[in-house]
Amino acid sequence: MKLALSGKFVSTAACLMMALAVPAIGVAGDTVKIGVAGPHSGDLASYGLPSVNAAKIVAKQINDAGGINGKMIELLIEDDVCKPEIATNTATKLASEGAEVVLGHICSGATKAALPIYKDAGILVMSPSATNPGLTQSGDYPNFFRTIAPDDAQAEVDVTFALDKLGYTKIAVIHDKGDYGKGFAEFAKKFLEESGKAEVVLFEGVTPGAVDYSAIVLKIKRSGAEAVIFGGYHPEASKIIGQMKKKRLKTTFISDDGVKDMTFIKVAGKNAEGAYASGPQDNASNPLSKVAIDAHKATFNADPGAFYENAYSAMLALVNAIKKAESTDLAALKKVLQTDKVETPVGNIYFDDKGDAVGVGFSVYQVQDGKFVEIK
Amino acid sequence: MDYFIELLFSGLTRGSIYALIALGYTMVYGIIGLINFAHGEIYMIGAFTAFIVATVLSIYGFPLLAIIIIAAVAATVWASAYGYTIEKIAYKPLRQAPRLSPLISAIGMSIFLQNYVLLAQTSDFLPFPELIPDFEFMEPVAHIVGSSDLVILITTTVVMLILTYIIKFTRVGKAMRATAQDRTMAMLVGINVNKIISATFIIGSALAAIGGLLIASHIGQINFYIGFIAGIKAFTAAVLGGIGSIPGAVLGSLVLGLTESFATGYISSDYEDVFAFSLLVLILIFKPSGLLGKSETQKV
Repeated sequence: MKLALSGKFVSTAACLMMALAVPAIGVAGDTVKIGVAGPHSGDLASYGLPSVNAAKIVAKQINDAGGINGKMIELLIEDDVCKPEIATNTATKLASEGAEVVLGHICSGATKAALPIYKDAGILVMSPSATNPGLTQSGDYPNFFRTIAPDDAQAEVDVTFALDKLGYTKIAVIHDKGDYGKGFAEFAKKFLEESGKAEVVLFEGVTPGAVDYSAIVLKIKRSGAEAVIFGGYHPEASKIIGQMKKKRLKTTFISDDGVKDMTFIKVAGKNAEGAYASGPQDNASNPLSKVAIDAHKATFNADPGAFYENAYSAMLALVNAIKKAESTDLAALKKVLQTDKVETPVGNIYFDDKGDAVGVGFSVYQVQDGKFVEIK
Repeated sequence: MDYFIELLFSGLTRGSIYALIALGYTMVYGIIGLINFAHGEIYMIGAFTAFIVATVLSIYGFPLLAIIIIAAVAATVWASAYGYTIEKIAYKPLRQAPRLSPLISAIGMSIFLQNYVLLAQTSDFLPFPELIPDFEFMEPVAHIVGSSDLVILITTTVVMLILTYIIKFTRVGKAMRATAQDRTMAMLVGINVNKIISATFIIGSALAAIGGLLIASHIGQINFYIGFIAGIKAFTAAVLGGIGSIPGAVLGSLVLGLTESFATGYISSDYEDVFAFSLLVLILIFKPSGLLGKSETQKV
């Protein structure tokens, strides 16, 4: 089917090109190869698979409408299990298979490990979910873009919420010692201290996978904290929140979008009720978001998962950039991304000179009756 | 003072769980001198079996006590079957091989079982039903000792007593001790050494399965990877107490659990593992055979 299509297409496209005397499309070949990397198996697969779905849906829509400037999108899907050591292999594989741009990776640690390889190969990378601030702010990765706000923005939202909405003055900050969790926790601590309104009574890391967290829970209790801000992922969060309930703590639990996942509610059950978690803002009022979600329901017969809309938006931004730049050259793509606004499910976005999307933010959600409800 | 007592119980609970797993390591080492790295996975399989049985039974509306008992029995039987089979498949053919071969075989078995459960079940975290309810009479002290902590402590103590009885006063126990002392001599006096080794694996696996059921119900979640960290910690505890020694495994586990709990409570949980393993290094420097281990002369 691919062969049958390509022959006709190339010739038609070539004729058109000549007729219209459009400056030639730089790259040879009849497809645009877009890599999709993230955890597609293992503990954190629920964060990675929605992006694969988003990539498939957008690619199909574009291809059905005639491709990008006549070229079909070909997806190269690679699993990195969210592990930095595997992500480097994934990146090398994608680069050698000729991926021209990459949608991914999902986890910050894995993204950080993979970026130098893409940078050397001149491949533009756009993550729907890697929120570690250093990825853009360090300036080390000029090839990196993202459609999600960085952790410091997220930490700021959580801290402002705890201080101004909930009015707490004593807060414990706990993290899982990982790139993502610790980064988030450090920003939360910094914002709390700078606000002058609250005291950080405890700042500590826990060991992921430990059989028991009761000692740290006791310590939270002793610190007299009114709220715990936790930086990390849902497996630890549900363990900690469960043991907090067992020790009869009334401390409020506030966390990040690593926890804002249905698995958290499924595993923690009734213990999760009342917990807060920040996540990308609800785009229900955006018509494009409805289009994206309906497309997912129609294709996969299920509700989309975490970061689906961010991934969908990233695909739209990438496609738009390739179309306008008429090549996959890094400098040309960057120029389009930074100047041209794109209508996406997460809003009308463009990118600043560091690679962060302008116009994307976080909101705080609370678990109510087994669902995340956005708190206005 | 309250805080001290809370940490003490938290450490004891954690230590008891390590002990249930550590006993399996130490018994197997005592008898055939092998570190059974697949033991952590037996713990995980025990937890999964209990999960499946408990979930199915609660759908049919069985009373809680019946669920606990049936799930515990199913988990111990199933995990013991795994322990028995692993020994027959992976270790017995290598009994005359150099010491390194069964060790590698054990590591391979561990990886195999992890991936087997990953593929046959799921990679997601699963919510484990709360099998131990909050007892009414525990409510006044619930902030210090929870109901599940209490059940874990009592179960561990009872299981230890039964194990001590088996080893000290039954024929199997006597045969086990004889095999541990000298396998050839035990064979010469008519002990069926193969049967005794199988029995050791079965008992060790049953203990690990009980540990799996208790801890999974305590923390409320399981996945295919839980056996790895628990196994490493329990192995550390067994070495700390003197590998091969049964009271040593229990003592080592409690020392490790308490060290972790107090290190977290009074210093920082960032350094929980640093303290646990520094303690191990220190003890091994001054007492290379562990707390209660006997320094044996090398058999020639």
